[in-house]
Amino acid sequence: MISIKNVTKTYGNLTALDNLSLDVSENEVFGLLGPNGAGKTTLIHILATLIKPSSGYAVVNGNNILDDPCKVRSSIGVVFQAPSSDDILTGYENIKVHALLYGIPKEWREKRISEVLDLVGLTSRKDDQVKKYSGGMRRRLEIARGLVHKPRVLFLDEPTLGLDPSSRDNMWQYIRKLVEEENVTIILTTHYMEEADQLCDRICFINNGRITAVDSPAKLKETLSGDTIRIRFEDNVNQSTVLSKIEELSLLDFVHNASYNDNWLVITVNNANKNIPKILSYLDNVNWIEYKKPTLNDLFLQVAGNPMDDDDDAEGGFMERYARYDKS
Amino acid sequence: MMTMMQREVLWRDMLGTISHNLNREFGQLYALWLREFKVFVRERSRLVASIFTPLLWLFVMGSGLGSTNPTNTGANYQLFIFPGIICMSIIFTSVFFGSYIIWDRKFDFLKSVMVSPATRTTVFVGKTLGGMTNSLVQVAILLVVGYIIGIHFDPLSISQTVVIALILSFTLTSVGLTFGSFIESLEGFQLIVSFVVFPLFFLSGALFPINNLPGWLNILTQLNPATYAVDALRGVILGQGINSFQTDIMVLLFFTFVLGILGVLSFRKMKAI
Ligand SMILES: Nc1ncnc2c1ncn2[C@@H]1O[C@H](COP(=O)(O)OP(=O)(O)OP(=O)(O)O)[C@@H](O)[C@H]1O
Ligand SMILES: [Mg+2]
Repeated sequence: MISIKNVTKTYGNLTALDNLSLDVSENEVFGLLGPNGAGKTTLIHILATLIKPSSGYAVVNGNNILDDPCKVRSSIGVVFQAPSSDDILTGYENIKVHALLYGIPKEWREKRISEVLDLVGLTSRKDDQVKKYSGGMRRRLEIARGLVHKPRVLFLDEPTLGLDPSSRDNMWQYIRKLVEEENVTIILTTHYMEEADQLCDRICFINNGRITAVDSPAKLKETLSGDTIRIRFEDNVNQSTVLSKIEELSLLDFVHNASYNDNWLVITVNNANKNIPKILSYLDNVNWIEYKKPTLNDLFLQVAGNPMDDDDDAEGGFMERYARYDKS
Repeated sequence: MMTMMQREVLWRDMLGTISHNLNREFGQLYALWLREFKVFVRERSRLVASIFTPLLWLFVMGSGLGSTNPTNTGANYQLFIFPGIICMSIIFTSVFFGSYIIWDRKFDFLKSVMVSPATRTTVFVGKTLGGMTNSLVQVAILLVVGYIIGIHFDPLSISQTVVIALILSFTLTSVGLTFGSFIESLEGFQLIVSFVVFPLFFLSGALFPINNLPGWLNILTQLNPATYAVDALRGVILGQGINSFQTDIMVLLFFTFVLGILGVLSFRKMKAI
């Protein structure tokens, strides 16, 4: 559905995308993740034919973005990271203008408009000017607008930015429904790992314009070093017994790693659910036990490093844009 | 070999595609115009601000300078400059309309239009139609004012006025949009545009007759599209034109063509974001 070949984009001497190649298949929900300034938005802009790559090309829905930008644009919907609706118009008018721009035939234009307004729960506010909307309502309006022409490929740049938990939940359900019913391929970016985990068939981590990992969420989590178990002992425990038990534990084949200090034992293992009883059978005087499955957050930190390392102040970091959103 | 039947089907397909594309193009133009129109109607302060200056000129300059009577046309000076004031309002509104594209870019609305299948030419024409509507509303208001200060209109002169207004505003909206397509800041736009707007106005014969100007000034006025609109309007409204209506319109249309093409080209070259 989308095939990206060696795309590079440079701004002066800054390389926003670095020889990036990627394929996304039909009806896939594909997540782009990565720290601020990684190049996610730049990639979406290139695929949406808004900017030209410095080198390389991409094919979207059978059309080359360089040769046939107009055809590409007819088949995609884009929800931008920053709000782009006209706040003097009403919600309904914004969508109508877009429906006309995409040439939706008169016969089903009105029906489709009310369908998408309904979908994002804005029917009762459709005749209010957008400047009277809250930030989240405005976000929902933009999503409705991106869907009105039934695109084959939908780009969502941080679709749930600024949504409350229940709206976010609705959005997730909606995105799932969309894939099932409308036969649409979705590329989304997000900073919420949970969202990527829940929604995406595959996830791609980008850092400094390069892909650092692509796979399904489950596979990616497997590459992490397993579940982490933390055990605390009674205060009066015999330290040397514990140490010898740990020696024995670390020889077990499901244990990756065990370390002990300050009365806390930290073990990483395969399949904690199954193996905790076995581990406990080795140990006495256990006072407290807890364990954690790896999340994509851990992976994010592992592959992306600390996002704040970057010169994030360059042209509006995430928080700044968020604030801009809120102000609406 | 193609049978008759096949050929007919092919034809029908082709005609169908063409009418479908036309429909779509028309819808896109309507969408772009509708948006400009709604904004114009809702932001009434824009209208008030832009109608205020022409009225100020008409009444203050018209009465003030009129008392010194710099013209030898015999007509009342206020009436003499009335066609010029109509052109002035078109000049200001149309050229400044170009700044709205900078707003659109600032608030990212332009991005959402650029990502739609509408071509740059369509976007340009749609925007221009919006600018023309704004000018036309102002012209309508000024015509009412003209009636009040004693100008007689008939259906022919009103329709000719509308034609002139539409042509001039298309031409000058093109100029404004051309500037707006490559200037990124509103301040920059204001600066450059004041170098365009004031000469267009002062060198159009709006305020003084142009039949015996010194040579260099004469050349400049001849190169100004607004000159022909002022002359045509003065002919239509007051019966005091120098050139015939047809001549003025032909020259105006020539400017329209050149500047319109320039506008389309600049929109094609414009960055999408
Ligand atoms: N118009 C531009 N001119 C110069 N540099 C730019 C421009 N647009 C983006 N960049 C740079 O390109 C890099 C990638 O930016 P991009 O907006 O794609 O990041 P992102 O992954 O979307 O980040 P975020 O999570 O903050 O949205 C950044 O270093 C940014 O500063
Ligand atoms: Mg971004």
